[in-house]
Amino acid sequence: MSVLVYTESEQGKFKKTAFEVASYAKAVANQLGTTVTAVCINSDNTDQLSNYGVDKVLTVNNPQLDSFIAKSFAEVISQATEKENAKVIVLSSSANSKYIAPLLAAGLKAGYTSNVVAAPESTSPFSVKRSAFTNKAFEITQINTDVKIVGISNNSFGLVESKGDAATETFSPSLSENNIKVESVDKATDKVTIADADIVVSGGRGLKGPENWGMIEELADVLGAATACSKPVSDLGWRPHSEHVGQTGKPVASNLYVAIGISGAIQHLAGINASKVKLVINTDPEAPFFKAADYGVVGDAFEVVPALIEKLKAFKAQQ
Amino acid sequence: MKILVCISHVPDTTSKINFTDGDTKFDTNGVQFVINPNDEFGLTRAMWFKEKQGANVTVVNVGGPETEPTLRKALAIGADAAIRVNTPATDGFSVAQQLAKVVEDGGFDLIIAGRESIDYNGGMVPGILAGLTNMNFINKCIGLEVDASSNAVTATREIDGGKETVSTTLPLVIGGQKGLVEESDLRIPNMRGIMMARQKPLTVTEPIETNAQTTSVSFEKPAPKGAVKLVSPDNLDELVDLLHNEAKVI
Ligand SMILES: Cc1cc2nc3c(=O)[nH]c(=O)nc-3n(C[C@H](O)[C@H](O)[C@H](O)COP(=O)(O)OP(=O)(O)OC[C@H]3O[C@@H](n4cnc5c(N)ncnc54)[C@H](O)[C@@H]3O)c2cc1C
Ligand SMILES: Nc1ncnc2c1ncn2[C@@H]1O[C@H](COP(=O)(O)O)[C@@H](O)[C@H]1O
Repeated sequence: MSVLVYTESEQGKFKKTAFEVASYAKAVANQLGTTVTAVCINSDNTDQLSNYGVDKVLTVNNPQLDSFIAKSFAEVISQATEKENAKVIVLSSSANSKYIAPLLAAGLKAGYTSNVVAAPESTSPFSVKRSAFTNKAFEITQINTDVKIVGISNNSFGLVESKGDAATETFSPSLSENNIKVESVDKATDKVTIADADIVVSGGRGLKGPENWGMIEELADVLGAATACSKPVSDLGWRPHSEHVGQTGKPVASNLYVAIGISGAIQHLAGINASKVKLVINTDPEAPFFKAADYGVVGDAFEVVPALIEKLKAFKAQQ
Repeated sequence: MKILVCISHVPDTTSKINFTDGDTKFDTNGVQFVINPNDEFGLTRAMWFKEKQGANVTVVNVGGPETEPTLRKALAIGADAAIRVNTPATDGFSVAQQLAKVVEDGGFDLIIAGRESIDYNGGMVPGILAGLTNMNFINKCIGLEVDASSNAVTATREIDGGKETVSTTLPLVIGGQKGLVEESDLRIPNMRGIMMARQKPLTVTEPIETNAQTTSVSFEKPAPKGAVKLVSPDNLDELVDLLHNEAKVI
């Protein structure tokens, strides 16, 4: 019996969420009095996992898994579960992990719960707290099956260092034929993605026009942040659709969300309120966003943002 | 091509979220229910297949009688028939089991579901359904073309930081979302559609036996937020200090 964790990598490099799910798996293993085994698919430097409590690493190296095929990845994790006799499987909330998890659940007849925000409330019965109703509430869910699959909400548990052994073992699962082929991938590789970012800097209609996004990008640059926007901004074509966040756009669960010239409509908030800390810059003290914010500056973005960039540059230079 | 569009019946986003029975049940009092937004995009794409490629479109919901107005709305938008599996939706796995039976009985080749429902945000049903029926599965689908003569499918899906194009074949389940059609192309029922919907079949079928793998125990509302800390635009050093020392996010 062990806790199995799928530690995701991209082009061989672990994603930050890999260390977060490993930290979570370690917490569950402590509760259950067992060890953590990580499954790594085409990952380099797996010894990094020993810093987050991983005791054993199953390394899978197979060029057939170079492009992401959810069904094949689910087969790998499923066979690892059987091999390790794992009772709990931990995954992240990345697009790929959310694609794999239900396939894994169907295959293993295992109960799956997503968007989990904390270590289990109890392990017998096994119950966890998850966010629901677009972050307007939490639900306590009990998983009744022998094998349990837990999907962790990004940035909800954080990184917890603890020493593991991370002894590696080569694992060669058998893959069945699959019927889906990736023809092309269109992805900006030089930019922090909204899904992976610790900080997201987002602009709304208050910025008046696309020509004013230079300062948004510069602020994002200083903070190492991803850029995002409100829905009307992408509808107007000021910014690409891929930046649209909110209920009908991408969800954001960053550590810091900076909203500039965004009013804070409920549909916008629904998509971003999983973020831990919110900073709002808006000329209108009555803007609804201030009610949802942790920090606020009532002021003109065209003055506040350039000044803030200078302050942050000075701050970073001192660090 | 026979298309099944899975419709989940959810509270409108602007609804107040409250719970009753000692915080164990969602309080539907005064809540307006709508077609799950992700399913609305899927339904509109299904209409395109109906109009351009002669597809037949059935909508389905697993739920009690209270979901029928939502199914009628889908009929008014243009679906040919509706099925309601007469049992409350408890967990994603059992809903997928009910849907798998509908798929098997109806011989559907394309199942359009949504990436997730905006109520429980499970994101489970389409993938589990694909697993149970052994169909191909594309999640976060933002573009879908089917060559009806060869069953070849070309789809686009959203990935973290971009998108990718994949090819596959029917039978297929998708978890769809915005992008399947333009938002401006979403349809609202007109008078003629509403009249026609009255003549269309809404079949109620009895559920099969399923096993709930997860149980919803209770709900909690987030702790009330403290008031915002306002910083003067002339004192941004304080803001940097708060973000660094208090919030610890930079
Ligand atoms: C079904 C549905 C789904 C939706 N989904 C989404 C979604 O996913 N995401 C989303 O964002 N929206 C969504 N919306 C739209 C949402 O209701 C709002 O209309 C939208 O979020 C408003 O965008 P905004 O805040 O950029 O613009 P506005 O509401 O126009 O706000 C602009 C803000 O900028 C401020 N401002 C103006 N000048 C300055 C300045 N110089 N400096 C600083 N501040 C300034 C103003 O005070 C104002 O608060 C949805 C709506 C519906 C009906
Ligand atoms: N009770 C239900 N009846 C029919 N379809 C459903 C039901 N619940 C979920 N679905 C479908 O599955 C998708 C994802 O839902 P969920 O897994 O609940 O997040 C929805 O967008 C619907 O297409």
